[in-house]
Amino acid sequence: MYAFTYHRPTSLADAAKLAGAHSDGKVIAGGMTLLPTMKQRLAAPSDIIDLSRLDDLRGIEVKDNVVTIKALTRHVTVANSAEVKKAIPALAELAGMIGDPAVRNKGTIGGSVANNDPAADYPSACLALNATIHTNQRAIKADDFFVGLFETALGEGELITAISFPVPQKANYQKFRNPASRYAIVGTFVAKFADGVRVSVTGAGSSGVFRVADFEKALSANFASSALDGKSVAASGLNSDIHADAAYRAHLITVMAKRAVDAAK
Amino acid sequence: MPTVSMTVNGKSVSADIDPRTLLVQFLRETLQLTGTHVGCDTSQCGCCVVHVNGDAVKSCTTLALTCEGASVVTIEGLAKGDELHPMQAAFRENHGLQCGFCTPGMIMTSVEMVRRKGHDLDEHTIREELEGNLCRCTGYHNIVKAVAAGAKAMAAQGK
Ligand SMILES: Cc1cc2nc3c(=O)[nH]c(=O)nc-3n(C[C@H](O)[C@H](O)[C@H](O)COP(=O)(O)OP(=O)(O)OC[C@H]3O[C@@H](n4cnc5c(N)ncnc54)[C@H](O)[C@@H]3O)c2cc1C
Ligand code: FES
Ligand code: FES
Repeated sequence: MYAFTYHRPTSLADAAKLAGAHSDGKVIAGGMTLLPTMKQRLAAPSDIIDLSRLDDLRGIEVKDNVVTIKALTRHVTVANSAEVKKAIPALAELAGMIGDPAVRNKGTIGGSVANNDPAADYPSACLALNATIHTNQRAIKADDFFVGLFETALGEGELITAISFPVPQKANYQKFRNPASRYAIVGTFVAKFADGVRVSVTGAGSSGVFRVADFEKALSANFASSALDGKSVAASGLNSDIHADAAYRAHLITVMAKRAVDAAK
Repeated sequence: MPTVSMTVNGKSVSADIDPRTLLVQFLRETLQLTGTHVGCDTSQCGCCVVHVNGDAVKSCTTLALTCEGASVVTIEGLAKGDELHPMQAAFRENHGLQCGFCTPGMIMTSVEMVRRKGHDLDEHTIREELEGNLCRCTGYHNIVKAVAAGAKAMAAQGK
């Protein structure tokens, strides 16, 4: 790990000021992504701004059919939240599938969404549930937030404060995971709303999480796994690696989407 | 160099450290508590698991400075003098270790597992909860047996 200067702000305003003042710096939440990359010397921030004392950024609220999860809320908290389990069980299940217990004890929703790893789980929930990402400056629709590989619409010094998820009629997340890294090889999130179905895929796209318009149309007309018979995503544009080639990932997307439809509740 | 202060196994400790210092380095190198092991550099093996404010976390993926004011428990903090913690005793009785390298992390994870999941743990739950702890020796079978027995013994001792 390269050397850095450490800051421990106690308010969001101070954290944002520090993040704005140190353009080569990084904020740290759970550290479950940032520290491994710094240890591998893939990241060398000049400054580390520790968000751990911003207690206002922790907590879950369900109101007016919207679940709002503050940025520093840990995966373990979402996975075990009675409120989330009741409102959007698929979201609690997704949080419980991230990494392992020690990762879930530290990793946060804000860190996961800000990082936009192409194989991370939360970005798929944000897209399929039509979430809004709230920052210290504005509110951004998930459709506009995930720009590319590890790239988001966040500007310099812009921090995620919360993410709000509209409650769907039914939803489910199916993850085909890499047994070693525990990240998704393919993960498919299906959400049925009164005005239509949204389907997102993580783990597979060569530019990160994406929606599948063709599946959404078929499922909006008929919310049954048979509506996806014969449908598939083109393998071009999907990742190929030692774990799964693009054709296999394309196949998995349909399989996992069907399973998600069958399991949706 | 910034100063960090925390409680480790019930004792207050304080030291000036390089900001880069990971919690595991602070424990092993500054405090000489070498029971916590480092088995990988990818945050995947769980040999380094300790409790920070009651949560099982990977000390290789935690900055010591983030633990300012925290209460940390390591494998050295479980036994009372010569009397092993019931989870440690269960690992010994059930042959839950061979080389022992993964054992401190396994035990710290298991003790927290009991706190979250209760004393009556089935095999499926134990295997799922041990997902972040890798063992190269045992094949896990006796570890699972040890955790189930240790969880029951903890209940008997009111832990
Ligand atoms: C062994 C292992 C297995 C894992 N398995 C999975 C898995 O199966 N699925 C999965 O989705 N993830 C997985 N992860 C990643 C894990 O979920 C991380 O917790 C998460 O991706 C990042 O959250 P964090 O709080 O740890 O963020 P950090 O590592 O602290 O930060 C990550 C990035 O986000 C930025 N950031 C953090 N918070 C904010 C904020 N509020 N506003 C703006 N930027 C911010 C940081 O500057 C940094 O660039 C795994 C990690 C490990 C170590
Ligand atoms: S040393 Fe391997 S997870 Fe910490
Ligand atoms: S006993 Fe040797 S690694 Fe687990």
